[in-house]
Amino acid sequence: MLEVEGVSKNFGGLRAVADVTMRVEEGSITALIGPNGAGKTTLFATISGFLRPDTGRVRFLGRDIAGLSPERICRLGLARTFQIVQPFAGLSVRENIAVGAHLHRPGRTEALAHAELIGRQIGMGRMLDQPAGALTIAGRKRLELARALATDPKLLLLDEVMAGLNPTEIEEIVAVVRRIRLAGVTILLIEHVMQAVVSLAETTWVLSDGVLIARGSPAEIAADPKVVEAYLGRGAAARLAGREGGAAHA
Amino acid sequence: MVELQILLPAILNGLTTGAVYALIALGLTLIYGVLHIINFAHGSLLMLAMYAVFFLHAGLGIDPYLALPVVVPGFFALGYLLQRGVIARASHGRDENILLVTLGVSIVIENLARYFWRSDTRTIETPYSFETVDLGVAFIAVPKVVAFAGALLVTLALWWVMSRTDLGRAIRALAKERQGARLVGIDVDHIFAMSFGIGTACVAAAACLLLPSFYVSPGVGHTFVLIAFTVVVLGGMGSFAGALIGGLIIGVTESLCGLYLGESLGQIGIFLIFIAILLFRPTGLLGHRA
Amino acid sequence: MRRQLLAIVAFLAAMALVPHLVDSEFWRNWVMMALFYALLGQAWNILGGYGGQFSFGHAAFFGTGAYCSAILHVHYGVNPWIALPAAGMAAGLVGAFIGFLSFRYGLRGSYFALVTLAFAEVLRILANTVPITGKGVGLLIPLEPGAANMQFADRTGYFYLILAFVGLALLLTLWLEHSRFGARLVAVRENEDAARALGVDVFRTKLAAITLSGALAGLGGSYYAQLFLYLDPGIAYGPAISVEALLVPIVGGMGTLFGPLLGSFALHGVSELAKLAFGEAPGLDLALYGVLLVLMVMFMPNGLFGMGRTTLARLLGGRRDA
Ligand SMILES: Nc1ncnc2c1ncn2[C@@H]1O[C@H](COP(=O)(O)OP(=O)(O)OP(=O)(O)O)[C@@H](O)[C@H]1O
Ligand SMILES: [Mg+2]
Repeated sequence: MLEVEGVSKNFGGLRAVADVTMRVEEGSITALIGPNGAGKTTLFATISGFLRPDTGRVRFLGRDIAGLSPERICRLGLARTFQIVQPFAGLSVRENIAVGAHLHRPGRTEALAHAELIGRQIGMGRMLDQPAGALTIAGRKRLELARALATDPKLLLLDEVMAGLNPTEIEEIVAVVRRIRLAGVTILLIEHVMQAVVSLAETTWVLSDGVLIARGSPAEIAADPKVVEAYLGRGAAARLAGREGGAAHA
Repeated sequence: MVELQILLPAILNGLTTGAVYALIALGLTLIYGVLHIINFAHGSLLMLAMYAVFFLHAGLGIDPYLALPVVVPGFFALGYLLQRGVIARASHGRDENILLVTLGVSIVIENLARYFWRSDTRTIETPYSFETVDLGVAFIAVPKVVAFAGALLVTLALWWVMSRTDLGRAIRALAKERQGARLVGIDVDHIFAMSFGIGTACVAAAACLLLPSFYVSPGVGHTFVLIAFTVVVLGGMGSFAGALIGGLIIGVTESLCGLYLGESLGQIGIFLIFIAILLFRPTGLLGHRA
Repeated sequence: MRRQLLAIVAFLAAMALVPHLVDSEFWRNWVMMALFYALLGQAWNILGGYGGQFSFGHAAFFGTGAYCSAILHVHYGVNPWIALPAAGMAAGLVGAFIGFLSFRYGLRGSYFALVTLAFAEVLRILANTVPITGKGVGLLIPLEPGAANMQFADRTGYFYLILAFVGLALLLTLWLEHSRFGARLVAVRENEDAARALGVDVFRTKLAAITLSGALAGLGGSYYAQLFLYLDPGIAYGPAISVEALLVPIVGGMGTLFGPLLGSFALHGVSELAKLAFGEAPGLDLALYGVLLVLMVMFMPNGLFGMGRTTLARLLGGRRDA
């Protein structure tokens, strides 16, 4: 469904993403992991059109989308969330989600109804009329997910939607993600919460210093010395022992 | 083909006006660089300073140039209080609010001026108002030569303050990094107000240099403020050297456009430059990318 | 939506009675001018209030509308009623042009404000130089009273005309609040990146908003020309109109349906009071405007309407915080 071929992205002298080639199968849940600063968010940004790749191609549903604008890519059925949440702070949760719902629903009533439906699915039923600016971090992460989902995507890119959440909240989101996939949406997620990666993803890719260093099932990845080294080299112990204090990402 | 005899004086005249533009723009760019706000009240503060100079001359017979040591500190204090007492308080730290507050302040100042001093334009006459200096290639009015030299001197003084004093270092630190400056114990509110005060003082200096050769009226700020914006944008928001070079370029451009297109249409050149720079190179000639 | 529509209809009906119930010529005029500024404010509100793009140069649109209808009428003998839509279109085009340039190059915030200001200034200088506008001397529209010429001897016609424009602007804004376009415009105001990620074409949305806003201001310009039968570059393109257009919705409540209306009546009430208090001293009423603006921003950043709404909500205990 998604094929990334030899994509690189530089910031000045920094190679944030270096010659990455990867694919996401239709109907799967695929995870992308890697230490902080590995280039995961940058890769998402190049796939979703917010950054133009310096080299390489991105194919989505057989079509080259590198260089298209984010809104065009979204209309083709590829939606993303932001690691640093970007709510429409002055609008209610319902109105936030409705902006996404409008993509394929011109009518206001329809879009609002769909927003409500999605909101309930994501577990935001009771927050629908709250201003998004008043949400807790967990609420905002859910809102990111809900808005993206409301655009009826075929492929959903989730950037650390579980960072900063407590274990109960993580469990809830894991269940939500699973349901989304059952509804036929393919998912590519960036996640540091290993427990979530293990329980969700069939395939995991590991990015380190902009380079893909491993690919496999979560179990295979965990046994891969290159991966352990990539994490340990950057103080993985702390991360594995529940680094999701989360403040650094919020 | 325009003769060199016409061209050279036009360029020299442009340079002298440009130096004053630079001085006004310097204040604007300083305020922008530190506070990241566009000060819409800049023009009306200039107008107010020009009235101050005018009345010091008309009432007490003080020569505009000698008014400098009175007007400049006075306006520094005014700027300081304005920032600390009104702008900072009203804006709640939001940029669009600051824009509106400075707009409001300018409306107040301008219309009070209109009320107290009516809309007539006023000029002062000094013994040297109509004297000229022979520069070899052209005759230039004395006030213009003084304005040119004065503007450069003030710029130099400002540059010295910014690079050699603790205050200057604090201002620059704050311009670069707000959070960091707060952490190392810089009194942010005080430095903000100091920057605004210095910016206003620049305008006061410009007023002293302008008045022997220029009129004053409640609307005179408009004439300068848009040009000052242009200079700031051209030089790069927040850049001192940019403001100086930008001012000179704009001064010459205006003078040449006036020569070729006539007085009223001549101004259009400036605004077209302004728009073009905003669109194609919003960082200006010497600015840094945000 | 129902209730808002009812409120609009009730307002228009009440206003329609003014010429019959209010005897004083002065007060009829006063209401008329308040409506006129409400129209300009509503135009600004579409772009600034809903779209978050603060223009400091709405005079560019107002002036273009004014000159367009006056020039068509004076120099080409076009009937003002026909010149009216042309004026709206011309102003909309100027809006589209300025918007195309500014938004294509990603100008935002202060930079956008400055560029609109500069465009208004360029137009003012042009109007001062080209012969067709009558240059600095101005353009006089010949007096030919008659509804067919959009000139109303008893002035009631002017009243209903501006009321109709305000009604149009209100309905347009109501539609905006309940349409996909409006939802997208507000999303762009709140967060451009998030909007793009949800498939919103930010550029086109802003472009449509500035075109609409410009066209509406242009209608105001055309009306102004027919009302005063005189234009000069300072009136048409000077900063006064730009400032008025932004003050009205800011005071009343940006991004709200009735904010500009409220703001316009409040501001003109205040300025009338100021005139009463200070006599006809030039400048004092405007100085009071300025003070008010600063106080507004200081104490009620959401405008009169916003403040009224939050107070009401608090009184009714309707506001639930997280
Ligand atoms: N806009 C930018 N300009 C310059 N450098 C950037 C930019 N965005 C990211 N970087 C740099 O690129 C590298 C990769 O950043 P990225 O955010 O993609 O990492 P990440 O894998 O998402 O990390 P994390 O797990 O912390 O979210 C980092 O070194 C970062 O500092
Ligand atoms: Mg990241």
